[in-house]
Amino acid sequence: MENATLLIICLIFWLAAWFINTRLAQISSTNKTWMTLVNLAIPVLFGIALLVLWEGITRGFGVPTVLLPPPSMIWERIARSGSILWADFKQTYLKAVIAGYILGCGLGFLIAILVDRSPFWKAGIMPIGNLVSALPIIGIAPIMVMWFGFDWQSKAAVVVVMTFFPMLVNTVAGLNAAGHMERDLMRTYASTKWQMLFKLRLPAAMPFIFNALKINSTLALIGAIVAEFFGTPVVGMGFRISAEIGRLNVDMVWATIFVAALAGSISYGLIALLERSITFWHPSNRGR
Amino acid sequence: MIKDRALPVLTVVAMIIAVWYAGAALLNLKFEYDQAERIGKEMSFTEALPKTMAQERPVLPAPHQVAVEIWQTTVEKKVTSKRSLIYHAWITLSATLLGFVFGTVLGILLAVGIIHSRVLDKSLMPWIITSQTIPILAIAPMIIVVLNSIGITGLVPKAIISTYLSFFPVAVGMVKGLGSPDAINMDLMRTFNASRSQIFWKLRWPTAVPYLFTSMKIAIAASLVGAIVGELPTGAVAGLGARLLAGSYYGQTVQIWSALIVAAILAGSLVAIVGLVGSWLNRRMGLREA
Repeated sequence: MENATLLIICLIFWLAAWFINTRLAQISSTNKTWMTLVNLAIPVLFGIALLVLWEGITRGFGVPTVLLPPPSMIWERIARSGSILWADFKQTYLKAVIAGYILGCGLGFLIAILVDRSPFWKAGIMPIGNLVSALPIIGIAPIMVMWFGFDWQSKAAVVVVMTFFPMLVNTVAGLNAAGHMERDLMRTYASTKWQMLFKLRLPAAMPFIFNALKINSTLALIGAIVAEFFGTPVVGMGFRISAEIGRLNVDMVWATIFVAALAGSISYGLIALLERSITFWHPSNRGR
Repeated sequence: MIKDRALPVLTVVAMIIAVWYAGAALLNLKFEYDQAERIGKEMSFTEALPKTMAQERPVLPAPHQVAVEIWQTTVEKKVTSKRSLIYHAWITLSATLLGFVFGTVLGILLAVGIIHSRVLDKSLMPWIITSQTIPILAIAPMIIVVLNSIGITGLVPKAIISTYLSFFPVAVGMVKGLGSPDAINMDLMRTFNASRSQIFWKLRWPTAVPYLFTSMKIAIAASLVGAIVGELPTGAVAGLGARLLAGSYYGQTVQIWSALIVAAILAGSLVAIVGLVGSWLNRRMGLREA
């Protein structure tokens, strides 16, 4: 009986949230801050309603927690095992992901600038780079674990390979993005190749480079976590997921996923913020 | 034209193979020296070099070793054999395709909803974009194990992961595509007093087809990754992912590399097929390739 009331309350909340959202979506105002607030409120309300519905259904229908624990239980777990989660985060994210990401993106960028000097290499590397970007690179994880051992270095190596190709392809494409008019102008100024690169072509390539940085921020986390499935010391997010699943501690798994999601979203957000301040001139950022 | 394009690509491929051979020699050399030292014999470089190309469990197998392994496990084995790579590739491929179809349908449905409803657009779209930043693959093993524990095994759990990975690009691409008809064309449809469904089928859908195929190319590659990762936690039973895991358990590097190469070939051909169908359809619909 208690379960049924819980379910009904959640459904009512969901419907009310939906109704408010339909109303909110129709608001249009010239006041900018007001509109930003409304546009922010709608997805937030939707997210809260989803969480409430999740809680209601799992508790209301008595879904076994092995299948899907209610959000409150996951939150409790996060609050209780902060130290374990932090250790995992340190091992996977602060060591493997960051090192691999910087190395992979940096290498991709440097090689792209080298390749850009020669049309021959560009014609040779671009099709292969495009092909490799579509391949399941994650499969090299077992090889890297064999070569570089169980600790974070092997995970960083996987991340390097995964992030390298998107960066290479995007940077080379971006370096060609500057228009003919601007190039001709630079030539009339008698600019050298390096001046051309730093003052015109690199800035013009920034939107592409940031695109790669954004794609890579997700890829890096995935690479590091999946590589840990192939062998790891007894710490790390991928290890935690595979170990706790074996014991059917699904709430701990969800807690780790929550941390991963948070880390992924925050790093994506930071890159997006940086992008907005560097490529402020780009059409997609104008008029805000 | 072909010469301009093929020559650089072939040069790079040749370079990759050369680097691969050099790497194989370099990485495997230590093992040969150790072997020689163990039986108390001096071994010169020229003696050791050919041996690095034919080790049982090399650190890095030479390309021809991988090629031979692929040949042996595809052509020379029966397709039904558990050691045939075609058998494993087929298992992965079927999960990939099933997940890809689910994902594409789900993505299109979501996009149709988002295009036609302002509420859905405003409440769902930010979450779809946020969900891109979440390492979804991390959930893969959980989905597999949890579904196994309630008795759902085999193809479906892997396909669910593939679905999860492949619906994002399709949804995002289709929202863009379905919203891409020019204002002029939309106005024209309105002067014809076209209903919503008529606008959808006669204007929005045809304009969105190129976007659909572009995102389907990304989706099918993602779908294959999902299927491979989905095979890891089930304990290496069957499929390309299982071959990778089994290979890493038993140190069978040649097996890992051949599974990897087959996965790469699979991914390349799947993307190429989707691309070809897309450009064929575009030509049939009178669109010129950009």
